[in-house]
Amino acid sequence: MKTIKISIYYPLNKITVPLVSTLIKEFDLQVNILHADISLNKTGKLVADVSGEEQNLDDALKFIERQGIEYRLFNKKLIWHEELCVHCGACTAVCPSHALTMSGETWSLEFHKEKCLVCGLCTKACPLNVMSLQD
Amino acid sequence: MKTIAEINERIKSRKAVVVTAEEIIDLVEEKGIKKAAQEVDVVTTGTFGPMCSSGMFINFGHSKPGIKMTRTWLNDVPVFSGIAAVDAYVGATELSEHQGMQYGGAHVIQDFIEGKDIRLYAESRGTDCYPRRDIRTTINKNNVNQAYLFNPRNCYQNYPAATNSSDRIMYTYMGTLLPNFGNVTYSTSGELSPLMNDPEYRTIGIGTRIFLGGTQGYIAWEGTQHDPGQERLENGTPVNLAATLALIGDAKKMSSRYIRAAIYDRYGVSLFVGVGIPIPILDEDMLLRTAVRNRDIVTTLVDKSGREDLGIRFDYETLRSGWVEIKGRQVPTAPLSSLKMAREIAGELKNWIRSGNFLLSEPVEKLPYRKERLNSLEIRGE
Repeated sequence: MKTIKISIYYPLNKITVPLVSTLIKEFDLQVNILHADISLNKTGKLVADVSGEEQNLDDALKFIERQGIEYRLFNKKLIWHEELCVHCGACTAVCPSHALTMSGETWSLEFHKEKCLVCGLCTKACPLNVMSLQD
Repeated sequence: MKTIAEINERIKSRKAVVVTAEEIIDLVEEKGIKKAAQEVDVVTTGTFGPMCSSGMFINFGHSKPGIKMTRTWLNDVPVFSGIAAVDAYVGATELSEHQGMQYGGAHVIQDFIEGKDIRLYAESRGTDCYPRRDIRTTINKNNVNQAYLFNPRNCYQNYPAATNSSDRIMYTYMGTLLPNFGNVTYSTSGELSPLMNDPEYRTIGIGTRIFLGGTQGYIAWEGTQHDPGQERLENGTPVNLAATLALIGDAKKMSSRYIRAAIYDRYGVSLFVGVGIPIPILDEDMLLRTAVRNRDIVTTLVDKSGREDLGIRFDYETLRSGWVEIKGRQVPTAPLSSLKMAREIAGELKNWIRSGNFLLSEPVEKLPYRKERLNSLEIRGE
């Protein structure tokens, strides 16, 4: 079993392709949708954790390519330089998945890695530059 | 009834009872106002937020031959030297000539406090008494003369919470505001905030000794935009922008734990300033003021896109809950001022006073408490 984090960009005319169900049924993959913004007459974006056998994952990515749909794999991860952090909370204002939250008791910043979409918004919102994306 | 002189005697003999503005709340619930007022001598407050109206005066010492600096840069950041020959003022929000928003006056101040070498370049027209036309050297906190923070406006008594009703993301000094009421940001230490614990300035005044940036500093004057005539609740706390303080202290003795440069994306550079103010418990009224809780303090919500006059107020307990309701929708909230650091500062000041190392001062003058509101800048004819 291997898990990849993928961002899929739907072009305007591909909105009718049943992509996720194909990934599940044809390639025996588990798809955990983290973020989806897909609607008629608009380009769309879907962010998901996809798990399965390595060969099936490779085949699935080739399938997506054949449909003319672009995707990007998240190879990076978010690094929180905690020792430099002042726990102001500015990053929590932009975190779309609530991976960054303030603890109600100590008012320390908490980073829930498993929820992170690696979108990078916090790296810019942080006034002290203590968030960075690394390969 | 106690006097500041009596409290200082107790501090000197290390018998003073000192608690923070959070601890006093539980103490009052446990013992009642009367008993708590008899027992407690001092309540400490704290705040650690971005405060743009900050800066540092510095005297470089004279070179041989001398120079009357007219245009001056520190680490490529322009500093104001339109005062005496080798005096300058480093403004926190000034940006680097070449790095732009990646480095500014606030970073110069932080680097200086950390003892780093800073590049100095200055130009002059040259005078008979100061013939040198330019100078290029490095300075640090061990080889300059005076260096003191003088912040024209810190410790805003209250600050409006911010949101964005437009359909575009906004990059502001209140952080990144997401479109269509996507979030709300707020900046306060709430029940720990200095001026919320003495809302009508009975004890905090000009000359008050304070914690500033990790060392002892003073309140120098009313801050710019000091506006005590703001609408208030019955407990005396204002519902929007009100009093401010001008602060002064020795930058050479400060610590970058409590003075930190900040960058707000596509807005600019600012400076986190750590401030703690002690409040002497002179009587029951003073104790009652320091027992103020987050739910007793409110602020006003402002639409930074300027499209809507929302007319909504929230108390700080609600803002701290992480969610507020705007027009029937749940909107997430985020702080910008560090409560964790504010607590540390109030605790540190408490330790200084308990150990006899910090005496309270009687204000030399009270802060003005006038009714007239602020002027705005009109576009006047030529």
